[in-house]
Amino acid sequence: MTLFSKIAGVASGVALSCTAMAAQADVLFWSTQAKPVEESQAMREQVLAGAGQGVDYQPNDAGPWLTRLNAELQSGSGTIGVLGGLHGDFAAMSPDDLVDLSDLGVSSASETFNTLAMLGTDKMLYIPWMQASYIMAANKEALPYLPEGADIDALTYDQLIEWAANVHEATGEPKFGFPAGPKGLKHRFFQGYLYPSYTNGVVRTFASDDAVVAWEKFRELWEHTNPASTNFSFMQEQLLSGDAWIVFDHTSRLAQAFNDRPDDFVAFPAPAGPAGRGFMPVLAGVAIPRTAPDMEAAKALVKYMLAPETQIATLRATNFFPVVDVALPDDLPPSVQAAGAAVAKMSASPDANPGLLPAGLGDKGGEFNRVFVDAFERIVLARQDIRAVLDDEKGKLAAIMEETGAPCWAPDAPSEGACPVE
Amino acid sequence: MSARVLPYVLILPVTLFLCLFFLYPFILVSQQAFSNGSELTLDNFREVTSHWKFPISMKNTLLLAAVVVPIQVALALLMATMVSKMGKGRDLVLYIWTIPLGISDLAAGIIWLAIFDQSGFLNSMMHGLGVIDKPLNLLSYQHPGVVFLAIALAEIWRATAIMLVILVAGIGLIPKEYYEAAEVFGASPWKRFLRITLPLLRPSLQTALVLRVILAFEIFAVVAALGGTLFPVLMGETYAYQFDLLNSRAAAAMALIILGISIGFTLIILRVLRVPKGASI
Amino acid sequence: MTDAVASAPGADTRKSARFLYVSAVVFLCAWVLVPIYFLLINTLSSPETVTSFPKPFLPEFDMGSLTFFAGFAGILTALKNSVVVAGMTMVMSIVIGAPAGYALSRFEFRGKGLFRLLILLTRAFPLPLLALPLAVLFIRTGLDDTAFGLAIVHTTLAIPFAVLITFSLFSGIPIELEEAAWTLGCTRLTAFTKVVLPLILPGIAASAIFAFVISWNEVFAAAVLTIENRTLTAFLLQNLDTSPLHLKFAGGFILVVPALIFIFAVRKYLFAMWGIANR
Repeated sequence: MTLFSKIAGVASGVALSCTAMAAQADVLFWSTQAKPVEESQAMREQVLAGAGQGVDYQPNDAGPWLTRLNAELQSGSGTIGVLGGLHGDFAAMSPDDLVDLSDLGVSSASETFNTLAMLGTDKMLYIPWMQASYIMAANKEALPYLPEGADIDALTYDQLIEWAANVHEATGEPKFGFPAGPKGLKHRFFQGYLYPSYTNGVVRTFASDDAVVAWEKFRELWEHTNPASTNFSFMQEQLLSGDAWIVFDHTSRLAQAFNDRPDDFVAFPAPAGPAGRGFMPVLAGVAIPRTAPDMEAAKALVKYMLAPETQIATLRATNFFPVVDVALPDDLPPSVQAAGAAVAKMSASPDANPGLLPAGLGDKGGEFNRVFVDAFERIVLARQDIRAVLDDEKGKLAAIMEETGAPCWAPDAPSEGACPVE
Repeated sequence: MSARVLPYVLILPVTLFLCLFFLYPFILVSQQAFSNGSELTLDNFREVTSHWKFPISMKNTLLLAAVVVPIQVALALLMATMVSKMGKGRDLVLYIWTIPLGISDLAAGIIWLAIFDQSGFLNSMMHGLGVIDKPLNLLSYQHPGVVFLAIALAEIWRATAIMLVILVAGIGLIPKEYYEAAEVFGASPWKRFLRITLPLLRPSLQTALVLRVILAFEIFAVVAALGGTLFPVLMGETYAYQFDLLNSRAAAAMALIILGISIGFTLIILRVLRVPKGASI
Repeated sequence: MTDAVASAPGADTRKSARFLYVSAVVFLCAWVLVPIYFLLINTLSSPETVTSFPKPFLPEFDMGSLTFFAGFAGILTALKNSVVVAGMTMVMSIVIGAPAGYALSRFEFRGKGLFRLLILLTRAFPLPLLALPLAVLFIRTGLDDTAFGLAIVHTTLAIPFAVLITFSLFSGIPIELEEAAWTLGCTRLTAFTKVVLPLILPGIAASAIFAFVISWNEVFAAAVLTIENRTLTAFLLQNLDTSPLHLKFAGGFILVVPALIFIFAVRKYLFAMWGIANR
């Protein structure tokens, strides 16, 4: 035992001295993005290796990410140099905790994104870093069952339901796949796709009659959905295993399927409803916490992340697209090509109804999502009455909007003050 | 050193250590559960208990513990007594049985997902045996019983070893003479187990049970892996409050509720399996 | 002795009992090993095989997934950190915990009930909620991002096991044994080291295993409290559930193996005394 404690003591001494040395060398890039081990490895080797300074890329789950960050902010001294996160991650923070990056001289090509990055202030609190979206993907074996006359690049929800029903009938198994697992991004489907497509809104129209129709349609689709969907969080897995043939998910969560077997799958735009083809972007940003140990190095890294070459390298590593104007090379991985084409078709479709990211919700973003997830679990899984559930959840949504005072965002009609739930 | 001071000297290091590294943060966190930012309130408790998922996750957690823990006790007792009779190969068998100790709950979840998954090993096995033509969808909301069974099996597989090791170490302390005497009087193995092993094992049994029950109320990773969103449990809801909803007050309230249940059950176990004062072998 | 008891008609039942016993042992071994074997198959399978159906029941020895992790920068440092933290946790939890276990089993003292409750509280409150105040404390005191600091947190997790297990073991040793030693001229201390300690060594080994394994598998505190000095678990496991299936399995396997080796290494201590007591 004494030997043990000696070893342990020596080892901790070594560890202590190592920390002291390493702390000055690398910028700690603390990120919620590019978490899968292959992506984080690619970030380190292909994207950050050329940063001209040592960068320690550490992706984390939201729990540790936030806890560590808050601990550094509270204690007033930190090791984190640069933060990587989604718009929602930054929106939940206090604006005082992020360094003003307005005079850094870099920004995205999209004014919408730049405005979002101000988080309701007049300063750039994060810099848009990369973007993605949600699309549909299918196994090519499912294509023969497309309803007659349906164009895969311009599907409607009714056609999608019919298609899924045809596949269900032909194979005897429900083959539509939906990421309703614990880490699945199901709420984004409701907020950015189903609601805008049927009600032309998200908040105002939450409990409208159109919303009841939307949920009825989704229930129909669910009839042909693999019931194990409540365990699915990354639809690429079920595409590859054949447990699902037609799926909806985040572009980067479909990438592996296209990269592993590019000839077996197709990517296509999300379907359209009576109010158009609703879709929404995913926006990730980079920011600097006020406790960053080396401000200059951190700013240099943020600038580097926005450089065109870095953006292309990031695209290859993470399947997130650039936010700056840059010509894409031809030799991109299959996943990027497939997803890029689908997103382009989606945005260029005549009935496109693009939505924006929720803004102004602050740290209520999670509660906002929960309203939609609860509605899903109650209506679709527990089969409660749609009207009753929506009227019940409506109260919670209204309370969140009033408390945060968040104004409406597209496709909801603009509001004065807090966005009302009608 | 006098017998009056000695116990305090012996518990001093633990007490100091836990006060600094557990009690201090614990008090800071649990204060949050009773505050709404400015004043003392029970609103946080009201908020979490009135959510529609709360009764379900409470029921699931308790049900799982009620099913899993007794089976684990029985299994661990069986294994421990089996080992005690073993001559050759005891080391190897014990080693194999304690392997799950080293497996984290997340890894255990991954392993059992590979078995119960739609294209997993269980389906492959049944397919190979010709029982089924195509893979069954086992972990779906239509089969809540199978989901429950899968979670219970994974928990029994993963966490029985903890009890086993404690019980084996405890059985090792029972003097062999008792068994020899019982054998002379012609007591059956079952009688010997009932009259000697079980009573003399009470301290170890108590410890094993208390630790296991407390851990059973904190179950999370295995459930998330196998049950997805179908099987909400208290700890999962607590993490959801803390990290998805960023509502640390509600999370603290949930955690205190779990703590209360754990303490309640611990006291019951301590009472039922009380080691009589001055008891000696 | 057995022969004397066994009469002719009893031989058959004895035989079948023996058969039942052996098959039960074999079944229970299989119950533990088969799932791990499945993990091994998946670890040694190519990504295509991992997602295929039906699954093979023999590994195809595709090293792709393991090679990926082997090439992961910093994995050896992380492994070393994990061992260091787990080792420190082990030592600290026993050195601090065992005396308390002894006190609980041998003495009646005021506040005993409260003390036991404090010990149990530690295990019944989720660590991720405590991580924020702890991290603030650590950053302020400079314990942040050190193996020692993380070992402290892991020790608070392991201490209930150490205290309660040693408590139950000391309780199993008759106090008369110690008293006999005192009358033979031992002091309290020498009676303890010469008589009691050898007897409970296996129990100490058991709590050491718990401490090691708890530390080894702990993710959350490790992810929050270490930056440069990542443990293997924080390095691999935290992002495992968002990784592709084949890497998920390989990563899980890499985490399991060292724990298995450790249990194998200490099994001698765990069960050595036990053999003597039963001979």
